[in-house]
Amino acid sequence: MPNMSLKKVPMPEQEPNVRSKNFLEVALGYTEQMAMEEAQRCLDCKHKPCVSGCPVNVKIPEFIQLIAQGKFEEAYNKIKETNNLPAICGRVCPQETQCEQLCVRGKKGEPVAIGRLERFAADWHMKNSTSSNEKPEKNGKKVAVIGSGPASLTCASDLAKLGYEVTIFEAFHVPGGVLMYGIPEFRLPKKLVQEEIETIKQLGVDIRTNMVIGKVYSIDELKEEGYEAIFIGSGAGLPSFMKIPGENLNGVYSANEFLTRINLMKAYEFPNCDTPVKVGKSVAVVGGGNVAMDAARSAKRLGAENVYIVYRRSEAEMPARLEEIHHAKEEGILLKLLTNPTRILGTDDGWVKGIECVEMELGEPDVSGRRKPVTKEGSEHVIDVETVIIAIGQSPNPLITSTTPGLDTQKWGGIIADEETGATSIEGVYAGGDAVTGAATVILAMGAGKNAAKAIDEYLKNKK
Amino acid sequence: MFKIVKKKILNPQVKLMEISAPHIAKKAEPGQFIILRVDENGERIPLTIADFDRIKGTVTIIFQEVGKTTKILGSLEEGDELLDFVGPLGTASHFENIKKAAVIGGGLGTAIAYPQAKKLHSMGVEVDSIAGFRNKDLIILEDEMKAVSDRLFITTDDGSNGNKGFVSDVLKSLIEEGNKYDLVIAIGPLIMMKVVSNLTKSYGIKTIVSMNPVMIDGTGMCGGCRVTVGGETKFACVDGPDFDGHLVDFDEAMRRQAMYKKEETLATEKHNCRLGGKG
Repeated sequence: MPNMSLKKVPMPEQEPNVRSKNFLEVALGYTEQMAMEEAQRCLDCKHKPCVSGCPVNVKIPEFIQLIAQGKFEEAYNKIKETNNLPAICGRVCPQETQCEQLCVRGKKGEPVAIGRLERFAADWHMKNSTSSNEKPEKNGKKVAVIGSGPASLTCASDLAKLGYEVTIFEAFHVPGGVLMYGIPEFRLPKKLVQEEIETIKQLGVDIRTNMVIGKVYSIDELKEEGYEAIFIGSGAGLPSFMKIPGENLNGVYSANEFLTRINLMKAYEFPNCDTPVKVGKSVAVVGGGNVAMDAARSAKRLGAENVYIVYRRSEAEMPARLEEIHHAKEEGILLKLLTNPTRILGTDDGWVKGIECVEMELGEPDVSGRRKPVTKEGSEHVIDVETVIIAIGQSPNPLITSTTPGLDTQKWGGIIADEETGATSIEGVYAGGDAVTGAATVILAMGAGKNAAKAIDEYLKNKK
Repeated sequence: MFKIVKKKILNPQVKLMEISAPHIAKKAEPGQFIILRVDENGERIPLTIADFDRIKGTVTIIFQEVGKTTKILGSLEEGDELLDFVGPLGTASHFENIKKAAVIGGGLGTAIAYPQAKKLHSMGVEVDSIAGFRNKDLIILEDEMKAVSDRLFITTDDGSNGNKGFVSDVLKSLIEEGNKYDLVIAIGPLIMMKVVSNLTKSYGIKTIVSMNPVMIDGTGMCGGCRVTVGGETKFACVDGPDFDGHLVDFDEAMRRQAMYKKEETLATEKHNCRLGGKG
């Protein structure tokens, strides 16, 4: 008999006033009992609408039924059949617009907590299981994967499972890409990311860090080294600035820099770790996406008293996940909506002292379908801050495209790749994730990595 | 891991190391840099490539012990290994149609000016090199610079080597004497590059400077290395580190350089204190 409660079993969390002072994970995860109770809400529908909402087609009702029966390791293995990074997806996927949006239970009440259950199965496995991946038999064909974020990790592990000798080339000193430098510890513990990557290494994937492709090897040189196919998953690493006066003052960061200092370089442990970060008493974060929320919540944890999200549209248009906005508000982050920065003001010796903004009104919808903000006359005002973090987006890094003749790109820098296969304008070279789409989600990147792996396999099988 | 195959003390604060990194040595060009990390909790620091040997597979770095990381680096010996060493980063220097050049190094900047002088010299360019130091005990790379220059002028702030003055003074007199330079390369402290650029601007001589701002990834990802050049924001790590000295906003660069001064002092003091404790 299914559990007919209209609400999800609540997720235990650290209290807002406690967690806003530490970098430990906010959501604490289900206990076995909670997981089984929530799993029983699943109706095990025959037509499985949830699965079609998942970019990597996790066998959702099957794994949830296994959890309901207390078969946690089996549930984990079921997820792993199509998803290489369950502990990560369970935490950072926007389930509300994917699998859970299509859940039948959501028509009346809350959908089944698919994300929380996925996380539970993955965490249970990490804690309780000692089984490790078996190394698949190698087929002798070499594939290079550039970057080690979600698209690349997925592509690499799918190919390794098929027997390919996969080498990942990562520019940073640790693999993981945005999972390591971008998403904060309190949403996605780094130890867990490394554990997931460890399971991929067990498949025989070789990860070479400190390798900047485009500099140390070109795509052509990788081919000369014997790689028969190449997947580019180098992400969207180039930060956008607003091009307003004062952006080069001391105390202005791109969200990329701010978060990389904190997440990858562990600046929150300075001086025990050597990389510092500066956070004033008041901080303005410009932007309304998940990255802006991450930066704001990180600033709060580093001791800022007042943290403002400055966003030019209204809350309804914010691209951030509802859960992230909710968590940020709970932690005392203040939303300055319909507010647009016009310049950053500095002290005589060049440090940020405030951000001048104007108020906005929403006009007609623009090309994105969102109502276009229009400036209100005479609404200039200054918010006093010592730190400004620009989180208005990133575009793909041109290091590879600029050194690879024949690789076609969009005007804004994205690599042009076939939506189904990831094939680029160069034979044997595939691409996926943010390097193709511009900044998007972890799970979309994983879906692209998965499709490319399938296409690379077909390409190499048919190649004489 | 990247092995230190050679270590040489150039002066009490400045050390040279050859690091085994064949894949970087194969691609390195003058003007490019590497980023290294000494140990697990260490920061990533950029250092300009001072030399490279494609056959031996080594990259040479020369650094001054100014903060915690460079002090730890300096304490390592031949045979020790660096945790991370990545490169070659940045855009290589590009020289075209140059008959005569002045290559200027200020202090440690001489180490970065050296590969530029070497490259120009190998291209058949007439090279006048000027190297400036605070005093004679700090002079580095004299023989190396001499070998790749048609003339080498060494000057000291205090005159202790017999030539008192700044590099800009030497350059000015060379220009006044009628030397026609197609290009001036100035590498050293920001203030020295600013003074030289101001001087050459008045003579209309093209001048290249090498910027070494705070950065993390070195691939264009963080934007911490922003430099204003000709009114536009550039990323030193990918657009540079070489820029037109007449267009660089040096005052802004000097201000940005000091952004973490307090933290640097704190980390260094803590490090010194730990060393003291051991002794």
